[in-house]
Amino acid sequence: MITIKGALVDTGRYVRLMGRTLTKPDRWNMFMKQYVTEMFQLGYNSIGIVLIISFFIGAVICLQIKLNIQSPWMPEMVVGYTTREIMLLEFSSSIMCLILAGKVGSNIASELGTMRITQQIDALEIMGVNSANYLILPKIAGLMTIMPILVTFSVASGIIGAFCTSFMGTVTVDELLVGFHYEFNQWFFWCGIIKAVVYAFIITSVASYKGYTVEGGSVEVGKGSTDAVVLSSVLILFADIFLTQILT
Amino acid sequence: MIKIEHLFKSFDGKEILKDINATFENGKVNLIIGQSGSGKTVLMKNIVGLLTPERGQILYDGRDFVKMKKKEQILLRREMGMIFQNAALFDSLTVLDNVMFPLNMFSSMCYEDRVKRAKHCLERVNLPGTENKYPKELSGGMQKRVAIARAIALEPKYLFCDEPNSGLDPKTSIVIDELIQDITHEDNITTIVNTHDMNSVMGIGESIIFICKGIVEWHGSNKEIINATNKKLEDFIFASDILRQVKEAQSTH
Repeated sequence: MITIKGALVDTGRYVRLMGRTLTKPDRWNMFMKQYVTEMFQLGYNSIGIVLIISFFIGAVICLQIKLNIQSPWMPEMVVGYTTREIMLLEFSSSIMCLILAGKVGSNIASELGTMRITQQIDALEIMGVNSANYLILPKIAGLMTIMPILVTFSVASGIIGAFCTSFMGTVTVDELLVGFHYEFNQWFFWCGIIKAVVYAFIITSVASYKGYTVEGGSVEVGKGSTDAVVLSSVLILFADIFLTQILT
Repeated sequence: MIKIEHLFKSFDGKEILKDINATFENGKVNLIIGQSGSGKTVLMKNIVGLLTPERGQILYDGRDFVKMKKKEQILLRREMGMIFQNAALFDSLTVLDNVMFPLNMFSSMCYEDRVKRAKHCLERVNLPGTENKYPKELSGGMQKRVAIARAIALEPKYLFCDEPNSGLDPKTSIVIDELIQDITHEDNITTIVNTHDMNSVMGIGESIIFICKGIVEWHGSNKEIINATNKKLEDFIFASDILRQVKEAQSTH
């Protein structure tokens, strides 16, 4: 049961943790090593799922629009145009980040939670290492860096998926090409990138907070992992409303 | 030397440590003993700074750890080494990287010297040839020895061991105890060991404090403990019938 007091306490603890995290690393070479590792673990390892999901969603959006929206009164380019806008503005940023909140968020929360209950974080603290900075900052920086690449891959994969529907004969390549080129606004692509970078911060920081503050045993690690996914998903949806309002 | 003066700690209004006073001497293995739930882990966590006491002083060679600024505490922590109950090795790093970790973070040595130092520490705990293994590939006793190697990598002035023999067989426990004792004497370290293992008490307890319900009930050495007259200490020591029989046999001779 979420209480107002509990939410305020959580917010305060989150802000304090971020205060400890977002500081200059003790050793830049150690930070860079961790940063590259996290980019690989959180970003590179997510490319597969991003490509697969984006490909099929691109294809399905294209088919749905063709089958349900297009009519003799609609221009031909509607299918390509709508698919492009959905991929650029919402799917490749917001929906893809919701999916990544599940994959990356649970991974981070369970990793840090396990480190907490096995006293690995205490070991870092006793050595005089700022454990929050050492463990969390590379994750935040790593995912925020690689997120624009994931968004670009997602858009490209979705559009390829849409093109592939032409093999089924429902839409033609020409129809799609006209729509994809129709009044293309480059800013929409950047909107998607900006949104995804903000979501990357939400996913990594919230999941890190939930993992870092675990108390207890394996059951609590599991709960922390679930909470991380739920909370970061909800925050992404809230942020989506505000960012859409601000950016478009 | 570490000196504790009038230390109090409570959780949710319940006092766990009540006016603890103790002195842990340099170059000696100092033991904190007591039953589970007596407050010895809380005391150790206060000493190393994982918990903050409500009142009292923790003096590291005269420097009050409680009143220090955060930055000073971090600097002092670099003079500490700690061996945790479950070793707390970093799973994602190899044995060599685990031992090199404090060196990588805080020493100004070049890479070759850091590797040399880490290998020297591993040799000291009798673990040569395990450099490229991961912690999960090692036995419990070997993990503890790697934890000791990591703890001494930066040549600490203070060494803390939280139940170092927990989960180990008696023979391996003796090996770990002897290792801790040798390192303490050779490097002239102030070592504090938190334990309820009577073999450790009798083997390496050069200076012992006995805690019961958050109060220091007795202090002395392993030579004095068998003949101590404190009732609570007797109950703790002679909980095992074997030790009681040994004492009775001694008194009849």
